[in-house]
Amino acid sequence: MSTKKITAVVAATALGVGVLAACGGESEDAKSAEGAAATGSGSKTVTLVSHESFAASEDVLKQFTKETGYTVKVLKSGDAGEALNKEILTKGSPQGDVFFGVDNTLLSRALDHGLFTPYEAKGLAQVRDEVRLDKEQHRVTPVDTGDICVNYDKKYFADKKLAPPRTFDDLAKPEYRNLLVVENAATSSPGLGFLLGTIGAYGADGWQDYWKKLDANGVKVVDGWEQAYNEEFSGSAGGKKAGADRPLVVSYASSPPVEVLYSEPQPDKAPTGVATGTCFRQIEFAGLLKGAKNEAGGKALLDFLVSKTFQEDMPLNMFVNPVRDDAKLPELFTKHGEVVEKPATVPADDIAKNREQWIQSWSSLVLK
Amino acid sequence: MAGPVAFFAVFFAYPVAAIVARGLKTGGNWQFGRFGEVLARSDIQHVLWFTTWQALASTALTLLLALPGAYVFARLDFPGKQLLRAAVTVPFVLPTVVVGSAFLALLGRGGLLDEALGLRLDTTVWAILLAHVFFNYAVVVRTVGGLWAQLDPRQEEAARVLGAGRFDAWRRVTLPALTPAVAAAALMVFLFTFTSFGVVQILGGPAFATLEVEIYRQTAQLLDLPTAAVLTMLQFLAVGAVLAVHARTVRRRESALRLTDPARTARRPRGAGQWALLGGVLASVAALLLTPLAVLVERSLDGPGGYGLHYYRALTTLDARGGAFLVPPIEAVWNSLEYALAATAIAVAVGGLAAAALTRRAGRLVRGLDALLMLPLGVSAVTVGFGFLIALDEPPLDLRASWILVPLAQALVGVPFVVRIMLPVLRAVDERLREAAAVLGASPLRAWREVDFPLVRRALLIAAGFAFAVSLGEFGATVFIARPDRPTLPVAVARLLGRPGELNYGQAMALSTILMAVCAAALLLLERVRGSSKTSGEF
Repeated sequence: MSTKKITAVVAATALGVGVLAACGGESEDAKSAEGAAATGSGSKTVTLVSHESFAASEDVLKQFTKETGYTVKVLKSGDAGEALNKEILTKGSPQGDVFFGVDNTLLSRALDHGLFTPYEAKGLAQVRDEVRLDKEQHRVTPVDTGDICVNYDKKYFADKKLAPPRTFDDLAKPEYRNLLVVENAATSSPGLGFLLGTIGAYGADGWQDYWKKLDANGVKVVDGWEQAYNEEFSGSAGGKKAGADRPLVVSYASSPPVEVLYSEPQPDKAPTGVATGTCFRQIEFAGLLKGAKNEAGGKALLDFLVSKTFQEDMPLNMFVNPVRDDAKLPELFTKHGEVVEKPATVPADDIAKNREQWIQSWSSLVLK
Repeated sequence: MAGPVAFFAVFFAYPVAAIVARGLKTGGNWQFGRFGEVLARSDIQHVLWFTTWQALASTALTLLLALPGAYVFARLDFPGKQLLRAAVTVPFVLPTVVVGSAFLALLGRGGLLDEALGLRLDTTVWAILLAHVFFNYAVVVRTVGGLWAQLDPRQEEAARVLGAGRFDAWRRVTLPALTPAVAAAALMVFLFTFTSFGVVQILGGPAFATLEVEIYRQTAQLLDLPTAAVLTMLQFLAVGAVLAVHARTVRRRESALRLTDPARTARRPRGAGQWALLGGVLASVAALLLTPLAVLVERSLDGPGGYGLHYYRALTTLDARGGAFLVPPIEAVWNSLEYALAATAIAVAVGGLAAAALTRRAGRLVRGLDALLMLPLGVSAVTVGFGFLIALDEPPLDLRASWILVPLAQALVGVPFVVRIMLPVLRAVDERLREAAAVLGASPLRAWREVDFPLVRRALLIAAGFAFAVSLGEFGATVFIARPDRPTLPVAVARLLGRPGELNYGQAMALSTILMAVCAAALLLLERVRGSSKTSGEF
């Protein structure tokens, strides 16, 4: 009936295609990488799938290309749990070749779903024994560890002339009433880590009593690390601007050095400290995905992830600790970081069996 | 018609169906019994109840605060009106991850309310409700105000000459003409708040969950696909019902009203009443909408050595410390602009085609499609994102690692706006104008160029501008897609906020401010284009 409208639409489409083409031109790199990835096993591109926190120096990735001839393409999205669930959903037709970022709290989920092809990475001999949780079958390779601990605002405790807490027990004491903010264990990975830490410390029978005490002592629960750390914690840059009033927060053992790193000018001493008796150790693994298009490249990448080069680059990019004995920590970590001697642990099998149950009970206990 | 239908079939219906089927089908059999099981759970019932009542309350509150605003923007003339109209729309297109922290500055500790009244509303349901007003104010102002500005005031004046009182004349003349627009706006606000995600997560704290939040939790965190599928279907039903009612009211609205040039209906405020109304609206806009935005700007400038552009400069340098980015964070701006342009192109093409098709045909089927095109607004981003993963995994559609997936997901959100803006304008083009041109000897091409294009061009630009702004701020679908390492603005902000340290926080605020400025610029441009446009769509 009306040619005019059709013409209008043709014009719109032409405009659209034009812009699309323009955009496409600028994304040539990405497209050529896809082209290469699609060509299959002879490909020179190896695709690493990970969560949002993955980061590596460009130089280090270039070195990998120089050594092996493979170029790394990184695909990342979401937090650790979400990224893993995506791999489970796409099992058999994975988005890439290697997945990095499954930790000991989620490991059993990944293994039960049979996501990975076993591969014993070169250099595994240098990796500390206690982090090699799958050492019989090598379905996953340990890459880094990180400790989830309560951080404290040094200034607050100095002003109040109060000693900062050191242990889980301390947190339930009256002098620390209304000072602690934690993350929701159901939606946040540090939140879950802290809950598991208390389970490790008080056992499957005792942790609920402990949380009742924490609750009575005015613990505040927020949904994610960002809110807890940037909005509620008085020791962080964001918290200071927001007038935050909680000097205790569940974060990472590496947070104080990072506070130093990202301040200008860099202070001599970190503004925050770590309560070393409140830690839970996370171990992160990588694995070769079943159905990977570039298995050879994936294996080379796994070797590289536990190589000294990558391990020494990692701390300042992801703020985690290397798993290799011979990897040196950057000065920032040795100077401002605190050594966590005895982190709480829970066997991976127990976590697998009880995780949902624990989160449920915790939610009904604390969130109500 | 085939184009838009194919687009929605491939990039919306198929992925969503795939993920729902994964949850509800075992061994080739549909397990509809799961509906009963899930619905019987008390926590799910709680979520359903909370989702519904907070959406109703938010809608009522938004109407209460925004209807006076709609009147002021429609009927009163005051300096800076265009700028303010663009400003109140900025929140609508900003991602919640950006606004959440700024909004806390209004409601939280040390916030405006805390200082003035000693009132803290964070992690209460009030925070959620007020944030919903913040995000949806523009929907009411633009939908209702847009029509109000075009109602001929002489009709009301005539009623008064005939002896009706002021209120009576308004009630009998203006109100009936406005009712469909108010209903349409209310339904859109209800839709947006019913499916609210970021606001509830950030401001509500862990004690509150909407259906959308629960779908996210069940899908992304717990991978309980059966429960997620049941909830998705429930949300689908609810949203479908709202959209069906919306389509009806919109049709009523498009019925013949005597519209006039908005420039002629607005005038300087007269009398104490109008001044007071203007003052009240400006004060509420300042407190509720502009303060959170201003807080963002303030924090982006508050550097280590006093106020300055410190964090903005930091954005342009590659961080030698290593860190969250392989390229200077400012690159995210260019990434975002590229993605948003591509998304706009797709949205305008698909939405334009759809609107044209809907104009040409009438009938029940087409009307159904009208509502169907709005569905992506009411479907959880996580459902679509995860659906992409399992549906688009085989050639020729293996787009999972492709950059195009991001603009495609953004376009899904943009298309409904394009349709809603284009449709009324296309429907209003008088067929006789073209016929007259033909009679006077114009070729079809010339007739189109001289008659249609000038009438439609403006709407096309407005639609493109809106789709652009919406794409720019789109966060939901973008984060659920695994992307090559080219972060968009909202993603980069989220990444910076996810790390400790003053510099990261400051840069996050600076990037947010840039995002806000770009959105505001696009919207301001749109206001200019709109100008004295006689017929404009809903937004």
